[in-house]
Amino acid sequence: MLIGVLALQGAFREHQWSLEKCGAQTRQVRKPRELDGLDALVIPGGESTTMGKLLKDFDLMEPIKKLARAGMPVFGTCAGLIMLAKHIRNSTQETLALMDIEVERNAFGRQVDSFEVDLHMPWLGKTPYRAVFIRAPYITRVDNEVEVLARFNEKIVCARQGRFLVAAFHPELTDDLRLHRFFLNKIVNEQI
Amino acid sequence: MTETAAEKGTWTVKKGLAEMLKGGVIMDVTTPEQAKIAEEAGACAVMALERVPADIRAAGGVARMADPSVILRIMDAVTIPVMAKARIGHFVEAQILEALGVDYIDESEVLTPVDEKHHIDKHAFKVPFVCGARNLGEALRRIGEGAAMIRTKGEPGTGNVVEAVRHMRIVMGEIRRLQNMPREELMTAAKEMGAPYELVVEVARTGRLPVVNFAAGGIATPADAAMMMQLGCDGIFVGSGIFKSKDPKARARAIVAATTHYNDPKILAEVSRDLGEAMPGIEIATISPEQRMQDRGW
Repeated sequence: MLIGVLALQGAFREHQWSLEKCGAQTRQVRKPRELDGLDALVIPGGESTTMGKLLKDFDLMEPIKKLARAGMPVFGTCAGLIMLAKHIRNSTQETLALMDIEVERNAFGRQVDSFEVDLHMPWLGKTPYRAVFIRAPYITRVDNEVEVLARFNEKIVCARQGRFLVAAFHPELTDDLRLHRFFLNKIVNEQI
Repeated sequence: MTETAAEKGTWTVKKGLAEMLKGGVIMDVTTPEQAKIAEEAGACAVMALERVPADIRAAGGVARMADPSVILRIMDAVTIPVMAKARIGHFVEAQILEALGVDYIDESEVLTPVDEKHHIDKHAFKVPFVCGARNLGEALRRIGEGAAMIRTKGEPGTGNVVEAVRHMRIVMGEIRRLQNMPREELMTAAKEMGAPYELVVEVARTGRLPVVNFAAGGIATPADAAMMMQLGCDGIFVGSGIFKSKDPKARARAIVAATTHYNDPKILAEVSRDLGEAMPGIEIATISPEQRMQDRGW
């Protein structure tokens, strides 16, 4: 299984480590031809404005959209969640627009408000999931097609629409591999 | 829902923001307009200042934390993280910056130090800190004090990257040296470097710094940025290099592209074209010892 990790900016190295610990092979993606032959794509945390700009400047926006619409699973965390959303509140920022969700950027506040917390996500198992939120967004609105997978203080922080999975927090910053495994086993494997 | 309380300002959260900045460019700005130019060019964060290092160097005298209103206006202008500088050892400037809500504090040798022996106890803050280092011992002392991100010092405001290259090579070389040491030599190495033993052991085991390491000090061109990335740093600070150049917009975009595509000479050649004049540079040997900013810090 070969998983691409968008490596324009952000915590792509950490996603690679997590995916490799789960037994997947990974490839950094900075150019369109690096998308060839991937089984799935991960869009890491980072700065969504930086990532969005580089996606456009280096002609990755359309090829990723095309592959995703044709069946490629995509997992986005934090900035990656923003890149997958169709709507961003108070922003005209261009995204990949793959999921019927509306997000608010930096919705939990600035860095001094960044936090970690135990989330209960029974579909991942009994043990709570330690989630790290850094200047994190949350989802403000979802369409019927979207399955809400986790909330914190009533806010939607993890969701799935078919083969697209998003988290407002950073699974790549902890040793808990359950969310990466869920993506690989329950989403990517079923597409292949 | 039986969630436990959210914990703010933890080590994971402090270090985590630096992880999110990796592969990106942090630009010095002095006005909201400059901050917007930086954001539109793809900067992953900005450093809010009253004057860029080249002007601080030219002005001489005592350089202090910026006026809070300058920082607040810049925070209002952009959605990317905003950093600000406090003087080395000036924990009250740091308290003020934390109260303003800045996203990162740079305890910086660009400003005039207020304590000639001690740095700020950075563990005492919820806001994360970045600090400069010329070698591994200095980097590990800063991390020991609570810095969640390290950068080379280079020689700020010179447009001359030679010192940043020196500092990056020294840090990487010392890491390789530790990796090859038998365990019984690590205590002596820690003593000689003046570094906390536990951190020395960790670096010897992992082969890298425990926090993100950026390049800073003298970066003026896309090629400078890409070279620092190839030498092994995680991202780039550009101080005077952008807004002291002829065409800041074009240069800012080019340095962002060069930092992402640092290993692709074709793209580097493309983005290096037609940028106009870079900032004027200073030969390091012409700077008198008391004017060298990199020697500030202990």
